[in-house]
Amino acid sequence: MVSAWIGAILSGILLGLLYGLAAIGLNLIWGVMNVINLSHGAFIALGMFSSYFLAHYLHVSPFLGVVFVLGFGIVIGMITYLVSLHKIISAPELSTLLATYSVSLIIIGLGTFIFTTNPRAIDIHLGSVSVGETVLPMTKILTGLFSIVTTAWFYFFLYKTWSGKAIRSVSMNRDAAELMGINTTATLALAFGIGVGLAMTAGSLAATIFPFTILSGGGYELKSFVICVLGGLGSPIGALVGGLVLGLIENLVTLKIPTSYVPFLEFLILVFILIVKPTGLLARR
Amino acid sequence: MEKGKTLFWLIPGLIVLILLPPLTGSVTMRESVFLMLMYVSLAVSLNIILGYTGYVSFGHIVFYGIGGYIAFYLMKFYNVHLIPAMVAGGIGAAIAAYALGEAVLRLRGAFFAIATIGVNEAVKALVNNLDFIGGAEGLFFNFKIYKAYGGAAKAIWFSYYTMAGITLIAILVAYLIKKSKFGLGLMAIREDEDAALVLGVSTKHYKSLAYAISAFFPGMVGAVFFFKAGNIEPHDAFHLIKSIEMIFMVMLGGYGNVTGALTGALVYERLKGYLLVSPLFKDLHMAISGAILLLIVLFMPQGIVGFIRERSKRLREWLE
Repeated sequence: MVSAWIGAILSGILLGLLYGLAAIGLNLIWGVMNVINLSHGAFIALGMFSSYFLAHYLHVSPFLGVVFVLGFGIVIGMITYLVSLHKIISAPELSTLLATYSVSLIIIGLGTFIFTTNPRAIDIHLGSVSVGETVLPMTKILTGLFSIVTTAWFYFFLYKTWSGKAIRSVSMNRDAAELMGINTTATLALAFGIGVGLAMTAGSLAATIFPFTILSGGGYELKSFVICVLGGLGSPIGALVGGLVLGLIENLVTLKIPTSYVPFLEFLILVFILIVKPTGLLARR
Repeated sequence: MEKGKTLFWLIPGLIVLILLPPLTGSVTMRESVFLMLMYVSLAVSLNIILGYTGYVSFGHIVFYGIGGYIAFYLMKFYNVHLIPAMVAGGIGAAIAAYALGEAVLRLRGAFFAIATIGVNEAVKALVNNLDFIGGAEGLFFNFKIYKAYGGAAKAIWFSYYTMAGITLIAILVAYLIKKSKFGLGLMAIREDEDAALVLGVSTKHYKSLAYAISAFFPGMVGAVFFFKAGNIEPHDAFHLIKSIEMIFMVMLGGYGNVTGALTGALVYERLKGYLLVSPLFKDLHMAISGAILLLIVLFMPQGIVGFIRERSKRLREWLE
């Protein structure tokens, strides 16, 4: 019994780190420009496919490929921002919600057309580690580690570099930032790019554990909403903590109740927190 | 208040459309008009909360599912006739919306949108687990149920006329709300909720009521649709993409405008039909819908009817 709990906790932490990473991109975009990126899931799926093709055709290990996927994500995210969002960035929420949703439709539509919806998986075997009676696949452990590293990189970027400071200042007050000589268009594009890059990174890591299709991002997107609301907006640490909470809930609760109730529980938490404390459970404000 | 002239052509036009299939006896045409009517009633009722009040109900399909499930359950296990079951479904959806609205309508903007997505997903996940309403596999009709309507073929015609009735009532209600003091209050909330509150609009009450009304018709539409389909399952009844379709239609035609929502629904049905059967586009219909939606949001946020209204002053009172 104890070993089952230990297994669930370890697995929950590793999965939670990945969920946290998946949510950071959404959190960043939501916090900086008050846009809920409904194409988040589509970009996560795109990350899965990028990693798959890198591994399959160029024989790049998915864990090395993370760097390429992140870079690719930043570029594609910046383009997406400039094409589909910049014009309406100050419009009411409906416009930005629909614009990002239409990006998602385009990606998923093209993805279904090109890749079909047959499940794929990255063929990677790195052995496993046993802790007591629990056997953890190495890919899962590496995924957790890479999630921490990527989050740490992002934290460093956001708090220690000039561009990161620019992003934070734009999120506080866009007009004031503009007056201080910050190119807000470029900064917003960069923030969106990094948000998308992080989403794709999370996708590329998730692809090493689970089989996927172009539609697989949807589940992560919905989880990311829950995590953002749990952890509050605007802090990478909040997202990571939210992710850990969700990962642990998922793995611990299923010891007691059927797995199929988990989504219900998650969305109940989402709606409940939104109603009780919309700024997020762990937010400072 | 000025009553406008829109309904004078809108209702007769719609009745002509409704009568086309029975007059020509074409079953294909009946199916496509049925879909059109369904889309029109969904779009027009979503418009009450989305267009008039300015609250982005992103998971609005949840009410369609709730209404569908209530009616289906009554019809299957208690042999209730479609009409009372449908009304029960509508009322059930409206009550759910009112109760939910008391809680989630306090949220504004994007938070409300996310909450409605959460509600839809939570209800879907719950229904997936409730065995007495069929769980993930859903419920099926025994074909004997259609005997009360004179056989399956007659039952389909019956559901067609029922849908037509719902559509006409939905348009009438949406139009009357727009022209009433209640509608004016809703639009005041859309423009500036705090100002509306200060000026004496009972915003909380208004919003909940608008939400309930905009859930009532989708609830009934769900009941008729699943009666006609003969089965209901959670994945179909609470499919988020249908919510987006509803929003798409409202945006395409024109936000906050009865003619707009109607136009959007009709154009969308044709567009979707064309994209799905066209050999060139059928595999790409999703991507193309996305591109069209993006173009509308970026370059024509007022929609087709809004665009015409902006250009022509004379047509304005005919297009409300």
